[in-house]
Amino acid sequence: MTKHSRWALMTVAAGATLLIASHTLAQKTTADGIAEYRALLADGNPAELFEAKGEDVWKKQRGPKNASLMQCDLGKGPGVVKGAFVELPRYFADTQRVQDLESRLLTCMETLQGLNAAEIAGTPFGRGEQANLEGLVAWISSESRGLKFNLPQGHAAEKTMFEVGKRLFFTRGGTHDFACASCHNEDGKRIRLQDLPNLTKQPGAGNGFGAWPAYRVSSGELWSMQRRINDCYRQQRFPYPGYGSEATIALGVYMGVNSKGGESIAPALKR
Amino acid sequence: MADPMRIRAQAAGDKTTVRVLMAHEMESGQRKDAAGKTVPAWHISEVSAAHNGKVVMTADWGPAVSKNPFLQFTVKGAKAGDKIAVTWKDNKGDSRTDEAVVT
Repeated sequence: MTKHSRWALMTVAAGATLLIASHTLAQKTTADGIAEYRALLADGNPAELFEAKGEDVWKKQRGPKNASLMQCDLGKGPGVVKGAFVELPRYFADTQRVQDLESRLLTCMETLQGLNAAEIAGTPFGRGEQANLEGLVAWISSESRGLKFNLPQGHAAEKTMFEVGKRLFFTRGGTHDFACASCHNEDGKRIRLQDLPNLTKQPGAGNGFGAWPAYRVSSGELWSMQRRINDCYRQQRFPYPGYGSEATIALGVYMGVNSKGGESIAPALKR
Repeated sequence: MADPMRIRAQAAGDKTTVRVLMAHEMESGQRKDAAGKTVPAWHISEVSAAHNGKVVMTADWGPAVSKNPFLQFTVKGAKAGDKIAVTWKDNKGDSRTDEAVVT
């Protein structure tokens, strides 16, 4: 090998290192850029508008029974809202089943206000009473902002739901042979520019589960956890799960229990 | 009737930073519905801000502003206890005014 060609080789090697370095640099900048964008927007998160609306809906006397939701028991006693969000889904003795925030609200709307829960569950997202639910989940979750997730697992039904949720999370199916786990079972994955949280453990579970409900800038809508799960199943090409169905609640228990100790930032801001 | 705005006004030195969240559809007039018909434009067209009743800022807005818009501006000379009022008017003639006290 001549002196000249050896020099050329070294230059190529150096160039390759540089390329790799600049590539990782570019990746980091993208993630940083998104983080910056979020921080800029967080100051004026329009979820606040939904929170204000939700508080009104909670306190307003409505429905055939002309009652408010202020006596609704979200798990910490009738009317206690603060801290309720980070302990849901949980078992409720009166309905004898595990309920998430939204299915519990349906129960309250039916028993306290005399509204038709089945009809509300069948209403498309964002319309009619579903629009009121968006506000309610925004406000109720905001009352637990900064608190840490601590779902109860004392009741046998809660343990069963955790196992059911875990099974569902890993169940592959549909035209794309997809499971929740296909995207959310590994660290450091992303889809296009979105980081995908690993929902099977902390801190991923808390970051993912603890960010919904959230305001989505791209659609200008407030999405509840039910709507989030609904859309996950759409992306997996599964049939849509029923609103407040056992399957969605079980997934909520699985993700919620995995989030233990994670801080709730809901209602968050999403792209 | 339109939903209320969220206004926060914080004084720092001789300047007050005002942050406003408005609840509005801001339909651009460019979109089509499921039936293929154009969704008519419906957006805020004028915004004004007043400091203790005196107009300190006006803005003309168009269809390019996002849904539920966020506006931030600085008012020179506004002190704690002063009133900041923000008004918007949309192209359908609807309007809303909300007021906040500087803290």
